[in-house]
Amino acid sequence: MEYLVHIGILIGIYLILGVSLDLIAGHTGMLSLAHAAFYGIGAYAAAILALRMNVPFPVSVALCMTLGALLGIVLGALTARIRDDYFVVATLALQVVVLRVFKNCIWLTGGSSGLIGIPEPAVGGYVVSSDFGLLLLVGLACCLTVFVSGRIVGSPLGRVLIAIREDEIVACCAGKNVLVHKLTVLAVGGAFAAGAGALYAHYVGFIDPTSFTLMESIFVLSIVIIGGAGTRWGPVVGAAILVTLPEVLRFVGLPGSMAGEVRQILYGGLLVVFVMWRPQGLMGARMIQRGGVQE
Amino acid sequence: MSFKRLEIRHLVKAFGGEIVLSDFSLSACGGETVGLIGPNGAGKTTLFNVITGFLSPEKGTVSFDGTKLVGLPPFRIANLGVCRTFQDVRLIRPLTTVENVLLASRDRTGERLVDVLFRWKRTTRRESKMREAAISLLESVGLLDTVDVAGGELSYGQQKLLSLVCCLASGAELILLDEPIAGIAPEMRGEILSIIRELPNKGKCVVVIEHNFDAISSICDRVIFMDAGEKKSEGTPDEIQTDPIVIETYLG
Repeated sequence: MEYLVHIGILIGIYLILGVSLDLIAGHTGMLSLAHAAFYGIGAYAAAILALRMNVPFPVSVALCMTLGALLGIVLGALTARIRDDYFVVATLALQVVVLRVFKNCIWLTGGSSGLIGIPEPAVGGYVVSSDFGLLLLVGLACCLTVFVSGRIVGSPLGRVLIAIREDEIVACCAGKNVLVHKLTVLAVGGAFAAGAGALYAHYVGFIDPTSFTLMESIFVLSIVIIGGAGTRWGPVVGAAILVTLPEVLRFVGLPGSMAGEVRQILYGGLLVVFVMWRPQGLMGARMIQRGGVQE
Repeated sequence: MSFKRLEIRHLVKAFGGEIVLSDFSLSACGGETVGLIGPNGAGKTTLFNVITGFLSPEKGTVSFDGTKLVGLPPFRIANLGVCRTFQDVRLIRPLTTVENVLLASRDRTGERLVDVLFRWKRTTRRESKMREAAISLLESVGLLDTVDVAGGELSYGQQKLLSLVCCLASGAELILLDEPIAGIAPEMRGEILSIIRELPNKGKCVVVIEHNFDAISSICDRVIFMDAGEKKSEGTPDEIQTDPIVIETYLG
């Protein structure tokens, strides 16, 4: 039972990461490889706020999310003039820089040994000490994320985001301030990713840089692509499948030493298969036609 | 009611060493349709790109309703009431016809994060009202059947019609049309031309680029013949059609 709760919490955290990245990459077309950086910044900020400053959990989560939003705005402002492949490279750079800071800013982050003893979250005097309580908390956070992202996608703003993804020139001609919309999405996506980081830090109680590497960014991107980029439930399904899949492998009796490698092969293979044969993902109804491909 | 005025003065634009617009001036007023004709490479589309802010000119000024446009970003120019279509139709292919029309609207309700998160009721109310208006607009041009069809799945002619409808929906007062009837079936041509013919009656200022001279003479009050970035001749369609310079280099 405890094991299932653990899986549930992990699915929840990756669901938040997947849904928030889908807003940025799937709906707005900004393929970001820096999502683990946002996630990590939230986790480290939560750990530092709890360990050094004794900031209460709800306040800390709010601060972490604000920090994530600010980082999103900074990323958006720095990449204002670039798009497509160049944007991917810029986010890759951000990811690398942030990871280096985690590793080398030892006085703040503890370097490679990380931060230990992050307390269990306490909401209004009640300490969430059981894993089940935490699952509820994560579940609530998931609902909030899906709710906010669903609203954005289903609103006129969502329509503008699709326009920006498909053809920025059309969006400009329709009078849309493309930069402001991109910053908005990066801020919202960054805030939720940082929030997921804060939940993760309080759940495991120990964080180190290995949880926030480029591989992690790619894993979240796989969730989005395999589930279905730019769809409402795609990242939800993607998170459930990709988190559960390696756990299933555990039961086929694979030795622990091999499990890690097999997992990498599996993710890589799945990603290739989906990109080649079902680029719209599991939940995508129709192929998204790129502007100008036809005719 | 005073009509808004487009004023272009002494525009110069060069790509590297090649001059594509040289000392080009044009003035047009609401309620009038001006045609731009000329061979490929005459600088017609470049002129549109300068007016809409996608290119900045080396020299000269562009103003609309007294506001200087040069130096403003394209989205601001669009919000001043300037709308354009493209030679190779551009619309948002995965969005449906009605969504493309709604996208063109200048009403910003529901496009701000605060509206989405905290003023949801107002957003949805506004959205359903605008949707109704968009559908009746589509109905009036015979696109009712395609309301929920993705823009990318429409025929080429329907796409051109839709991009014109988007200009109407934006409420723009200056409408720049880049070859609105090139490459489409005759029936659709008639439909599009009759919509364009109505625009001046609504106080719109229209500038049309088109190679089909019959079409130009049926919709324009005034025609400008451009060649190598210069205005070579200007007059009523009849005058232009009989102008020896035009006949020699273009119509002949």
